[in-house]
Amino acid sequence: MNAEPTASAGTGLGVDARTRLGELALDVALEVAAGECLALAGASGAGKTSVLRTVAGLLRPEHGRVVCGGEVWLDTAGGVDRAPERRRCGYLFQEYALFGHLSAWRNVAYGLHETPRGEREARARALLERFGLAPRADARPATLSGGERQRVALARALARRPHALLLDEPLSALDARTRAAATRELGGVIRAAGVPVLLVTHDFAEAALLGDRVAVMDGGRVLQEGTASALAATPASAFVADFTGAVVLTGRARRGAGDVIVVALDGGGEATALAGEEGAVAVSVYPWEITLARPGEAAHDSARNHLDVDVLSVTTVGTRVRVGLAAPQPLVAELSEASARELDLVRGGRAVASFKAAAARVLPL
Amino acid sequence: MSGLRRGWFAVALAVALAAVLTFLTLPVVAIFVQQPPGDLIAALGEEGALDALWLSLRTTSAALALILMAGTPAAYLLATRRFRGRAAVITLIELPLVLPPAVAGIALLAALGPATVLGRAAGDAGAPLSLATAGVVVALTFVAAPFYLRQAIAAFEAVDPTLLDASRTLGASPARTWWRVAVPTALPGLVAGTALALGRALGEFGATLMFAGSFQGITQTVPLAIYDRFATDFTAALALSAVLVAVSAGILLSVKLVRGPDVLRG
Repeated sequence: MNAEPTASAGTGLGVDARTRLGELALDVALEVAAGECLALAGASGAGKTSVLRTVAGLLRPEHGRVVCGGEVWLDTAGGVDRAPERRRCGYLFQEYALFGHLSAWRNVAYGLHETPRGEREARARALLERFGLAPRADARPATLSGGERQRVALARALARRPHALLLDEPLSALDARTRAAATRELGGVIRAAGVPVLLVTHDFAEAALLGDRVAVMDGGRVLQEGTASALAATPASAFVADFTGAVVLTGRARRGAGDVIVVALDGGGEATALAGEEGAVAVSVYPWEITLARPGEAAHDSARNHLDVDVLSVTTVGTRVRVGLAAPQPLVAELSEASARELDLVRGGRAVASFKAAAARVLPL
Repeated sequence: MSGLRRGWFAVALAVALAAVLTFLTLPVVAIFVQQPPGDLIAALGEEGALDALWLSLRTTSAALALILMAGTPAAYLLATRRFRGRAAVITLIELPLVLPPAVAGIALLAALGPATVLGRAAGDAGAPLSLATAGVVVALTFVAAPFYLRQAIAAFEAVDPTLLDASRTLGASPARTWWRVAVPTALPGLVAGTALALGRALGEFGATLMFAGSFQGITQTVPLAIYDRFATDFTAALALSAVLVAVSAGILLSVKLVRGPDVLRG
């Protein structure tokens, strides 16, 4: 893992936390450099938000250390535990947590008590203007749209000039239409922040889009950390592969002729891969690496893997078509609209799914 | 056939409602129509009546001030912290709600009466409680505080804890967070609780009579003055009652107005 010791000594953020939280055993160690965005990705209950709360001082781990910009915020061994108000974190909460009894500009001004009283309103309004919200500055949160609320919360989190920016599912409360614009805008904010940014999301695509690096979390631990493309290309486990959007098929692997790995898939069928361990494994393939053919017409290509499949669903997403299949284990193939039309795919029909041995990654279970 | 039965049932429901409404409003209406309004207003001008009204206003205000100042932070603590014995503490706080007024009076005498250590200490400090205005304030506070506390605990419990977290990350101390976020967010509930305590304090009778007595201008609040006069000067008793009815109706109305938008948002 990218554990540069200099990051926490300089302007970066270093988090180290080990604690029990009910059912969850949180155990993470992360480093984020200034100006870098680390996306914590994983399903709900993975412990992502607990990491943010530990950094902000809202959660005190049994054992832990938080260092930001050279300041020690938490050191359970050294007896240091700064109160949340004395750690400079810009925290964007999942549902934004705007104060309902205050107008938009007063929400932003709330964090400005170090600014002289006379300048607070002007600064708050200027920040809102930066987010295109000047006309809504006097509105109460209840009358704002979801996108407007998100921007007010973002302006409020930035108002205090934070030394670390913590974003908890910043886009999940938005509808699909607002989300695209909000994602672009948030990307700009993150790049301009100049401080370490920790972003929590359950969506790998969002993590890939906004994070310089992605840490995939499950069960309170970081399973793998790296750039989004590195995670997608070389997932360290079946969970990471599944999370990055790959198809995951389980089975038992044995060494075949020519030193390839042959996996007898659970429920039937066989897959060949070029490398991997023997025993219980998961085979992961990306949907765009799977091609489809009519029954009996496959085997003319160079792919070594051919599975007889039932077509469960055909969904058009833009110019691509996602085809849900059962082999009988579920898998997904993604093809162009033209080839889908040519194949005349229909629900309930049959097809042959093919992929190269090189595209199949065998991961221990 | 079934339509006929439904018609009959609807009539029965309406009759029941009419009976309830008549029974509950007739006595209240009677207070205002028993005597000509002019006589009621004239009766209020009597010195004893004015004394009672003025005393009730002062003692109720003092009791409410005490309840709000100590009760609001106490309710916040109970609403936001989980500790051993919390349920027991809340039960103890609620006990005066169900205590018969005569028992409350005896309890206050036993704890703070002139013969007790605390009662003597208060007398020595120049603020005797029994048979004194301060005693009325003690009695009102004792019986009315639980009404406020219950509402205030519920109101603070309903405040989204994320708002408090957000306030802390924005640089506010716990005390500032309480004052700037928790109290304003819980305000509708706190106002409703204040109104309930106010209503209870204004109508307090038994505990005050037993603990503080009924001396005009010193401990004789409006309910005690009504009791004092009902056999000798019924018009004066009616006039004072009319004032309490008006104030109570005002309290009820203000609670509904404050809670109204809250319920709609609910």
